[in-house]
Amino acid sequence: MSLRVSDLKVHYRTLRGDVRALDGVSFELGDAEILGLAGESGCGKTTLGKSLIRMDGRMRHVGGTVELDGTELPIGDDRRMNDFRFHEVSLVPQYSMSALNPTRKIGKMVGELLRSRGVTPDTAKLLGRLDAVGLPHEVLDRYPIELSGGMKQRMVMVISTLLDPSLLIADEVTSALDVSTQKAVARALAGFRDNGFVKSMIFITHDISLTYQIADTIMVMYAGRLAEKAPARTIVEAPRHPYTRMLIDSLPEVGVRHADRRLSGIAGSPPSLLDPPAGCRFRDRCPLAFDRCAEEPPAAEIAPDHFVACWKA
Amino acid sequence: MVYGLTFVVAVTVDWMIPRFMPGDPVAGMVARANVSQPAAVEAMRQYYTGLFGFDQPLWRQYLNFWTALLHGDFGISIWVFPTPVSDVIMGAVPYTLGLMIPSVLLSWVVGNRLGAYAARRRLLDNTVLPVGYVLTAMPYMWLAVLLAWGLGVIAGVFPIAGGYSFSMQPNWSAEFLLDLLHHWALPFASLFLVALGGWAIGMRNMIIYELESDYSTYLAALGAPQRLIRRYAFRNAVLPQITGLALQLGVLVAGALVTEIVFSYPGLGSLILKAIQNQDFFLLQGTFMFIVLGVLAANFIIDIVYVVVDPRTRAGMAGAQA
Ligand SMILES: Nc1ncnc2c1ncn2[C@@H]1O[C@H](COP(=O)(O)OP(=O)(O)O)[C@@H](O)[C@H]1O
Ligand code: SF4
Ligand SMILES: [Mg+2]
Repeated sequence: MSLRVSDLKVHYRTLRGDVRALDGVSFELGDAEILGLAGESGCGKTTLGKSLIRMDGRMRHVGGTVELDGTELPIGDDRRMNDFRFHEVSLVPQYSMSALNPTRKIGKMVGELLRSRGVTPDTAKLLGRLDAVGLPHEVLDRYPIELSGGMKQRMVMVISTLLDPSLLIADEVTSALDVSTQKAVARALAGFRDNGFVKSMIFITHDISLTYQIADTIMVMYAGRLAEKAPARTIVEAPRHPYTRMLIDSLPEVGVRHADRRLSGIAGSPPSLLDPPAGCRFRDRCPLAFDRCAEEPPAAEIAPDHFVACWKA
Repeated sequence: MVYGLTFVVAVTVDWMIPRFMPGDPVAGMVARANVSQPAAVEAMRQYYTGLFGFDQPLWRQYLNFWTALLHGDFGISIWVFPTPVSDVIMGAVPYTLGLMIPSVLLSWVVGNRLGAYAARRRLLDNTVLPVGYVLTAMPYMWLAVLLAWGLGVIAGVFPIAGGYSFSMQPNWSAEFLLDLLHHWALPFASLFLVALGGWAIGMRNMIIYELESDYSTYLAALGAPQRLIRRYAFRNAVLPQITGLALQLGVLVAGALVTEIVFSYPGLGSLILKAIQNQDFFLLQGTFMFIVLGVLAANFIIDIVYVVVDPRTRAGMAGAQA
């Protein structure tokens, strides 16, 4: 088992109180597995991704543990966590277009970054990785502004995986790109796993049909909690959680992406995470809700590798 | 291109001022000049009439003005008749430059450093920020008067007037240079301090902005040490500060002129005051022209520096040539 997350709770400190963006999430990720993380905007996907590599100043690790390859990650300790960043856990951020220092040539920046982490730059390896994603070697002698959006995206992917991390977090890496580029980027990421550049990956997106193309397993989150986690095919063909079912039904046809129909077909909105209601958080919008739903449903394994947090599942 | 246009407009305005003023400038000036010998009066009248060339058409006058200007000829001063205006200006320029260049450059460098440190440490931030705001909000005149009064009049530590002691003659002895420095200290300090606050605040805000930008976040996520992230942030934050220097230049010059007047420092500012008091038109015109030229030249230099320092403009130009 590559990654084991147990009852993870991460809150945002705000003036009006704690926002419980991650409120007890548990899951496991196997070696060489790509986990697609899906769910509406605001359900806590980014928070989960950031918790695994670097929490921002307002995030607070309230409870739970994260274990990577048998070692517990000190996710709440920024300083100690540094040893794991880049080497063990890495990130392809949502903002790849602006992730590179605009006033440094890319090759120089990569060299400075590597040396600052105590790594001697391996030029042959870097050039090999550029070839793998189809970037010309000249990009190293360019400033970020001279690269197209897709090139910057691939450059960031190369940089992030240069030290062959165990876990790669890719957060909405495709949302800034057009449809054909999205698929190419998703395939390139899967290729990284296939080539062993990264061991396992969490691929975050609100676009479930894109996730389906590369993920082995899909995990659906709702309002800071896990709703359902199962092999990708099971999620799409036999979802058990009412929320997942509504998500899948709102897609015209899996594998075909319709820009204005993704995740839009569910009436109502998720509860505030500032003071979330007790019981199942999907209750307000759930057509199947009944008395028992006032209690919180645990994520039960109803079939091998198929977890659902619903009393009706 | 922009520089050329600005220059032409400035020269034209400079040329127009005496010509479209009410009254007869020549008669007025000659009368005001207080020259007693009739021969001198006649010489001046002829000189001025010839210079203005009122008998010639306007376009000819305008052309003459340009020709004289390009020869570095600003006319003859009335206040210190018959010294050429250009000589009077050249006598004052070293004082103004000696005051401005160190105060502008030092306040810029120190202010940037201070702002960068402030962005790093909360304690320092809590002092630099309010002090910086007080300093920038202070008009140049104000701080200068305060310093002159406090350190000059009350404490008596520094002289409050002149470029050097009246008892001395300019020479290269250590004693004179020390005296020069002594007179220079207060006007320099007031210029330095007012500008310092603005640069420090600007830099602090720019650094904080850069530290929150995406490339900083990305580097931090990859565990890059703060040292590297701050180095990048500082470098990128300095670029807008260079532009800021170009934009502030006019204000800085105005501040220097006012400060000179407060300290009776014998630079261009005091010259302008003298020219106005003595209604010395040519001197005023010449000084104004000289300042415009100086600011334009400084702006041009900063522009070049910016192109050299910012790799993006460099890369862009290389791309355009390729
Ligand atoms: N800096 C913050 N301060 C307070 N609340 C936040 C902050 N960032 C995110 N949140 C809240 O945390 C929840 C989860 O956000 P996020 O993880 O960004 O969701 P997702 O990535 O799934 O769209 C949301 O309800 C959001 O409002
Ligand atoms: S637990 Fe109840 S409210 Fe929640 S999803 Fe299941 S049926 Fe709906
Ligand atoms: Mg997000």
